[in-house]
Amino acid sequence: MRRDGFALSGAGVVMMKELADNLSSVRMRLLELLVFVAGAGAVYATIGEVRSVVSEDPFVFLRLFTTPKAPLPSFVAFLGFLIPIVAIALGFDSVNSEFNHRTMSRLLAQPIYRDALLFGKFLAGLATLAITLTALWLFVIGLGVLLLGLPPSGEEVLRGFAFLLAAIAYSGVWLALALLFSVVFRSAATAALAALSVWLLFAFFWSMLVSLIAPIVAPADPDNVMSLLHNANVTEALSRLSPNTLFAETALAALNPSTRSLGVVLSSQLQGAISAPLPFAESVALIWPQVTGLIAAAIGLFTIAYIAFQRQEVRA
Amino acid sequence: MSEPIIRAEALTKRYGSALAVDRLDLTVEAGEVFGLLGPNGAGKTTTILMLLGLTEPTSGRAVVAGFDPLRQPLEVKRCVGYMPDSVGFYDHLSGVANMRYSAALCGMKPADADARIDAALRRVRLEAAGAKPVRGYSRGMRQRLAIAEILMKGAAIAILDEPTGGLDPQSTREFLDLIHSLKHEGMTILLSSHLLELVQSICDRVALFHRGRIGLTGRVDDLLSDVLGGTQVIRIEARGAGLADAIGRVAGVKRVSEATNGFRVEARGDARAAVARAIVEAGGELMSVEAGHASLEEVYTRYFEGVRDAA
Repeated sequence: MRRDGFALSGAGVVMMKELADNLSSVRMRLLELLVFVAGAGAVYATIGEVRSVVSEDPFVFLRLFTTPKAPLPSFVAFLGFLIPIVAIALGFDSVNSEFNHRTMSRLLAQPIYRDALLFGKFLAGLATLAITLTALWLFVIGLGVLLLGLPPSGEEVLRGFAFLLAAIAYSGVWLALALLFSVVFRSAATAALAALSVWLLFAFFWSMLVSLIAPIVAPADPDNVMSLLHNANVTEALSRLSPNTLFAETALAALNPSTRSLGVVLSSQLQGAISAPLPFAESVALIWPQVTGLIAAAIGLFTIAYIAFQRQEVRA
Repeated sequence: MSEPIIRAEALTKRYGSALAVDRLDLTVEAGEVFGLLGPNGAGKTTTILMLLGLTEPTSGRAVVAGFDPLRQPLEVKRCVGYMPDSVGFYDHLSGVANMRYSAALCGMKPADADARIDAALRRVRLEAAGAKPVRGYSRGMRQRLAIAEILMKGAAIAILDEPTGGLDPQSTREFLDLIHSLKHEGMTILLSSHLLELVQSICDRVALFHRGRIGLTGRVDDLLSDVLGGTQVIRIEARGAGLADAIGRVAGVKRVSEATNGFRVEARGDARAAVARAIVEAGGELMSVEAGHASLEEVYTRYFEGVRDAA
């Protein structure tokens, strides 16, 4: 059935209001503090390690992001861990709070479609995350310039930017998941718990699950090379179902130019290869499937949330 | 006669196997105050949501201000102001900020919106509280803010769901006065309530809901005389044995029921004198005889009792 009028009219208004709410909320202050302290800590701890290799590595600046210094993980690992939490914190109560505060029916009685409301909320969340991540990114680069005393090269900036875009896509996945749960569960606490359980599953248990499932699906026979290869491929495919894996692989290939492949590499394929950093364009080609996968996951989750929201009754 | 501003034809809403609204027909003329009355769960809110295009009817159709709520919901929502049952606002924002958001959603220019918001807040006497966060508003203030939002929108039709729910008597009276003045400005008002007595005074016409159907529609006075058929209710305070039988034998008395400290008598015409005489003659102690007001409450009870008996 056709309905008159533009489905997204008013989405901009919703987005600006939600963005203002997000940016001015106490919750956001706390998250920003958490992210910046963690980021600064990780980079500051790394700086000593990085300094020692300044003369050896043409991409020393990128090492700021990727080098861990025990007991702290690397900056990238920190982000892989913290981004989901920030995204979930922003999204878990976005739709159900409208019901709980009884503003939903009054809001939908204004001349807008539901589409505009959901799109506006998602875009506002994504914009908030993008602003925070960009600020953090600039902060880390600035810190690097100060502590290392040298500016990043053009390619380093490009690679860093590709990583930033991937991080925003990754945050979009978790935001869409949180939004989905905020539509499905009327109680904000339930939605938050559900989203955090999914995060916990992918952050900690997924690799264990994969190592349990893979041998069942593709048993590895030590005498059969093909079965070993099959097992490795299945393990890889399963672990890539997790957005965390996709993000980690993207970060690895974007920030470490010597990464030549993200999959299984046979020693015969490496024969005659020259050990040199990959050009930027090649690295982009390498991470393209991962980033596409992240964006697709975000769109897929948003679509499910969209359908669920359209079918929901307005009355609480 | 002009086209009615709200018309519903055989509107039906089914939730699974439960029938929330059953083949409902309704017309509201422009400038009228129309009451949807009935107990909770009778289908009033569902009807309102269907008229606003917020819920899809299972079958049937509606026309609101010349638009189809199903296909042209934006047009309908542009000219209808809606105040939901227990209305909510964003607590952390001020009253003005809440209204600015609605104004922006209606597509108003900020300068135009501010002028309208000012005027609307003055109208509902919230101009002093407008800049404060809604968190500190009382229930009555929230309700008035919702009315201000409808005024700001310049809506031709106001749909109010349980507008007096949870208000104290003072606020209720003020609220009814406000509705009165809106009517005088030519706004069409559709309101729902389960407090029949209360809205009896302000509604031009009412529809009595019962289990998803409209049992009766019409002017309040007409309903009173049609259903009660000139029956008067008399409340009697009296003590004594066998009085109920004695009263029942009085000519014109249709029904006698026990009430606190006495009886409730329904009779055709004014039977007060005859009933008083019968009580005294039967040796009872008569304390008071009082003619009761005919109310919608009684119409409702009586009519649907009849429906149930017939079924």
